[in-house]
Amino acid sequence: MRLRKEAVDMIKEICNRYKDEPSPLMLVLSDVQKEYGYIPLEVQEIISNELNIPVSDIYGVVTFYSFFSLTPKGRYVIGVCIGTACYVKGGQNVLDKFSELLKIKPGQTTEDGLFTLDGLRCIGACGIAPAIQINGKVYPKVKLADIPKIIQEYRDKEME
Amino acid sequence: MGKIQIYIENKPYVVEEGLTILEAAKICGYNIPNLCTWKNGECSLASCRVCLVKVEGEKRLVPSCAYPIRDGIKIFISDPKAVVARRTSVELLLSNHSFNCQSCRKNGQCELLEVAKRVGARPDQYMGEMTKFHYDDVAPSLIRDTNKCILCGRCIEACKNTQGIGILGFEQRGFNTFVGPAENRSFNNVPCIQCGQCTLVCPTGALMEHSEIDKLDQAFQEGKYVIVQTAPAVRAALGEEFGEKIGTSVTGKMVAALHRLGFYRVFDTNFGADLTITEEANEFIQRITSHRPGPMITSCSPGWINYIEYYYPELLPHLSSCKSPHEMVGAIIKSYYAEKHNIDRSQICVVSVMPCTAKKYEKDRKENSVDGIQDVDVVLTTRELGQLIRRSGIMWKKLPDEEFDNDLIGDYSGAGVIFGVTGGVMEAAIRTAYHILTNEELEPIEFTPCRGLEGIKEASLKIMGQEYHFAMCSGMKNAKAILEQIKNNTCKYDFVEVMGCPGGCINGGGQPYVFPVFLPNEDDDIQYTYIQKRANVLYQEDRNRKVRRSHLNPDIITLYKDYLGEYGSPKAHKLLHTSYNYHREKYPDLNEN
Amino acid sequence: MKDTKKIKSLAELTKKISNCEDCLKNKFSGKDNKRHIVVCGGTGCLSSDSQLIIDRFNQIIKEKHLEDKVSVNVVGCFGFCSQGPFVKIYPEDTLYHAVKPKDCERIIEEDILNNRIVEDLLYEDPNTHKKVQKQDDINFYKKQLRIALHGCGTINPEILDEALGYDAFKGLIKALSMERSAVIQEILDSGLRGRGGGGFPTGRKWKFAFDQENDEKYVVCNGDEGDPGAFMDRSILEGNPVSVIEGMMIAGYAIGAKNGYFYVRAEYPIAVKRLQIAIKELEEVGLLGDNILNSGFSFKVHVRLGAGAFVCGEETALLNSIEGKRGMPRPRPPFPAVKGLWGKPTIINNVETLANVPYILRIGAKEFAKIGTERSKGTKVFALGGKVKNVGLVEVPMGTTLRELVFDIGGGIPNNKRFQAIQTGGPSGGCLTLNELDTPIDFDNLIEKGSMMGSGGAIVMDEDNCMVDVAKFYLEFICDESCGKCSQCRIGTKRLLELLTTVTEGKATMEDLTKLQTLSESISAGSLCGLGQTAPNPVLSTLNKFKDVYVRHVQDKKCDAGVCKSLISYYIDSNKCKKCSLCARNCPVNAISGVVGKEPFTIDLNKCIKCGTCISACKFNAIYKR
Repeated sequence: MRLRKEAVDMIKEICNRYKDEPSPLMLVLSDVQKEYGYIPLEVQEIISNELNIPVSDIYGVVTFYSFFSLTPKGRYVIGVCIGTACYVKGGQNVLDKFSELLKIKPGQTTEDGLFTLDGLRCIGACGIAPAIQINGKVYPKVKLADIPKIIQEYRDKEME
Repeated sequence: MGKIQIYIENKPYVVEEGLTILEAAKICGYNIPNLCTWKNGECSLASCRVCLVKVEGEKRLVPSCAYPIRDGIKIFISDPKAVVARRTSVELLLSNHSFNCQSCRKNGQCELLEVAKRVGARPDQYMGEMTKFHYDDVAPSLIRDTNKCILCGRCIEACKNTQGIGILGFEQRGFNTFVGPAENRSFNNVPCIQCGQCTLVCPTGALMEHSEIDKLDQAFQEGKYVIVQTAPAVRAALGEEFGEKIGTSVTGKMVAALHRLGFYRVFDTNFGADLTITEEANEFIQRITSHRPGPMITSCSPGWINYIEYYYPELLPHLSSCKSPHEMVGAIIKSYYAEKHNIDRSQICVVSVMPCTAKKYEKDRKENSVDGIQDVDVVLTTRELGQLIRRSGIMWKKLPDEEFDNDLIGDYSGAGVIFGVTGGVMEAAIRTAYHILTNEELEPIEFTPCRGLEGIKEASLKIMGQEYHFAMCSGMKNAKAILEQIKNNTCKYDFVEVMGCPGGCINGGGQPYVFPVFLPNEDDDIQYTYIQKRANVLYQEDRNRKVRRSHLNPDIITLYKDYLGEYGSPKAHKLLHTSYNYHREKYPDLNEN
Repeated sequence: MKDTKKIKSLAELTKKISNCEDCLKNKFSGKDNKRHIVVCGGTGCLSSDSQLIIDRFNQIIKEKHLEDKVSVNVVGCFGFCSQGPFVKIYPEDTLYHAVKPKDCERIIEEDILNNRIVEDLLYEDPNTHKKVQKQDDINFYKKQLRIALHGCGTINPEILDEALGYDAFKGLIKALSMERSAVIQEILDSGLRGRGGGGFPTGRKWKFAFDQENDEKYVVCNGDEGDPGAFMDRSILEGNPVSVIEGMMIAGYAIGAKNGYFYVRAEYPIAVKRLQIAIKELEEVGLLGDNILNSGFSFKVHVRLGAGAFVCGEETALLNSIEGKRGMPRPRPPFPAVKGLWGKPTIINNVETLANVPYILRIGAKEFAKIGTERSKGTKVFALGGKVKNVGLVEVPMGTTLRELVFDIGGGIPNNKRFQAIQTGGPSGGCLTLNELDTPIDFDNLIEKGSMMGSGGAIVMDEDNCMVDVAKFYLEFICDESCGKCSQCRIGTKRLLELLTTVTEGKATMEDLTKLQTLSESISAGSLCGLGQTAPNPVLSTLNKFKDVYVRHVQDKKCDAGVCKSLISYYIDSNKCKKCSLCARNCPVNAISGVVGKEPFTIDLNKCIKCGTCISACKFNAIYKR
């Protein structure tokens, strides 16, 4: 897809932000992910030209780190912690339940673009396991029975 | 550098300091198996774990390719744990590797298979899921099969660090890691120049040239006039395919083999090289006399053409418009030669045996056809010719020396021969340009500033009171440096020769592999000396030729007199010159709406 | 009000510190005639609405015009996350746990206005069932010694003055008065070892970098805490970021570095935010930047975010990541102290390690070295989790036994279950069994027992945990997080996982167990980096210590813990079944049949997918697995 001019300008501006840094790629990608939402090849090509780094290198970095995404994420990113403490307390079941209810596998996004489901490595909320995180908000001690309510909460939000 | 004492299996040796265990061990007479190392490149250093050895004092095994020796170091190659670990590394690699060794074209020259044999890998030790693989045979020049890739990273090193391009890289993570262009795209769909340098370093069959032997078979099947031509660099390396020492000239045997393979005529691309020189030298003189902004840059390396089209299209006006020599030969065969012999040009199949993979792509360019008929129909690499000869049952050692066919375009000069090495085109062009400008011959004929394997060389020559500056570079990393100069208006050269591959065509992407593991009788440093050895073959042949100046090649003189007319005549332009693409998309599908 | 005046000299800083100390002392002692409410603002408590609690308190105070009587403040993590959110009242030191926004009103009404303790919000000891008023009287805190966690849960991490009133910069002041080599000697003498996992002597690392002749050197703080189950670095950064910055500055001064990089996981937004606030404040007052305190020492701090790759906790991978590359480890040598970030000498210390440094300078190496065991000095923070009553962060002196950790601090195993093992060191570590519980914790003891300290995860397993499944869990993690560079780790761990899977599915043979062992040993000896080298530890340690469990899976096809799905079946006890059909109605695959009120229900084992829904549905405990 050809990018709109505003998008191109935005990516260039982000690259420009870190022009004095010795190795700006990670900083640029973090900001692009945050502000543009995802980092498709079209965007990588612009970054490649701006920073003078081969596209294959950028693609390699983007696909190496799980925070960077090649496809748009859902409006709400549900991260289910499956770190040890959460796993021991049933984190996997929580993930499976979300998967079942949203009809997507971890890493996928629902067709309506509302939810992305991710299994997260430890989010450091072990004291309140099993924990999940939705757009940064942490839900403590999640029970399987709570999950439909949690999903509905966000669906309702959309209806408003 | 000082000398230090090291111990291997408790036996003392004195070696230079600053080496890795792998290098030091080789000097001491131990060849530790390895896969991910390549010359001094970083590749994916220490990633294959095939060269693990024990070092006293280290808790774990160490990779000999990355571990520096120190005074008094005690190295144990045959330590039982190290032996097992090396074998396990190979067995693990095999467990995630395609199992069609029998039919793999790399069979016999596959380093993985050789190493597996050496470490005693057992069959089916660690079977399991395999990484999702990808097979790309869309590009005309190269084939990539990730099912055979062992992630050694040598190709990345070649593409990124040697060539300065960086099409290949590690993508994804963990067990899903693969080596390839972004998004696992085809080489056709990214700004890959198809130089094939990656194929020269790949230890397995993951990266190879796109074979055209089938196409050749079909042409024979259809009863065409199959006419073959061979590039100069082929004769300097083809022997390696049959166990000859590197640096053996095999022109005569090669021609004999081609005759036995049933080709209608066997010609030398050097004739085309001579033709290129006359046209290019003429073009150069036209440019300098009309004061067009310099420098003029040579155009005979198709990898290089791809590079400038993709990365510096604004500098395309600097390129000579001459087709590359084998394209010229193709065009002449299908015009002059066909007319003289009254052969229907559509019934001719021109086969070029080239040291190059990019030529496979080049021949398909629509700019390289005349009246809708391609100049060249099939391009085989030196390696493919080796395969063809093996297939035919021809016994290499029993081949006599034979001459190229003396049929209108069979003669060639020494100037044409040296095309195959970096600086050769320039030296040849200077010999002829000097003549055109002065009507005298340049003496001594060997213009040595053009020689040597440095990445960028400079030369200057005073002709009739005017000083001319020349540069010769090979490898895209070096070309980039000069292109940047042109871009910044700091370039002082009048004429620049660029070769896509480091060292020129003798080190082209289609040449025989130089894997020390298969070359027990070559010197230890063969990886660093083979280019020079091949170059020497060409310089020797130049010295042996009676005619050493392109403009004095009698067949060239006749061609102009009988057919083309003047240098740079309209007819010459139609047949021998090409044009370039100023709008080549790097990612053709990416910016569609 | 924020004082943005630059602190230009040592004298000015000393004066400032003294002011801040007085201020804080008054607050804790009640001399300012005010009550102070502090609320935990760590990730755990924030997720349990502690921000709403703060807002609610402020609202009430405003409504009732209590501004002169009471203040509300946010502080860092209390560590006892399972019991949060915490609210603490000064000067009485009363600690309320599991507070909800609706409780705020009562706390103000009863405690603040009428000095009556709100009994039901006090913590109750799970074993004695007694209410405890003060933090220090809770068993969870009793055996703790807080050095790295100094200030966490006490000061407001977003206000520099609070840190300055609570010992900040005393270590740096001391360091600046010493020769650089003397600072390094001090760290060497303290016996401090890296808290990130390896336990390499910190002083020696510094010395290597100190000895390098180079104009540019770097200090890197490794905050890419990734061991699942460990969150001490996050808590320190959230609770007292200044202490870590100070530690980094001391390191910078000692080795001759002018720049420091924090590499923090992007999963820790609060930690990153507080770190950035602290850096900004320090820059504003001139405690970071050029010529700090006119001492000639200049230091700048930069923050880099990890982007979700566990392997970046490996120091050379971390360096590659900062350099904008894939986080693939580099072979060593050359070591980072010689050739690190951008090829310059670099020391990489973990957050907890750096948090110890100011303390060592402040009280002296000798005093520090008195804490701990002979070869492991000081304290270690553990993230105690899993099947234990008190879950949270604990900092104990080295030499504390595992038994004290699990039973005294952790309060033992809940639900009267049997202790089976404690896993330390996360995916790089191993498990310790019942007979090993009296092992005093230190770096070398744990390694000797086939585990390791790691970054301090300590997960307790009870009889319901299958040890093969535990090993498989860690292997799955490692497989996901392997960078893919070296063959042994990339393919080897995958094959290990596949072998383990055959065990959990009852398809393995005894030869497979041997293969598991030899492949583990090869990966351990032959991998490129620490991640791969230690990846087989969970397998090796469970294989050695719970061989019988493996053999039971292989020979009898049984998983006694009832975890490995392929090896268990669900049954309904016909004597207990009340024929209510609740199980059948909940079964997603219609595997349960019976006649309501007439015939007991039974499970069709061919249809059953072993999801466990029926067990949770049954109100009469009639369903069991075997």
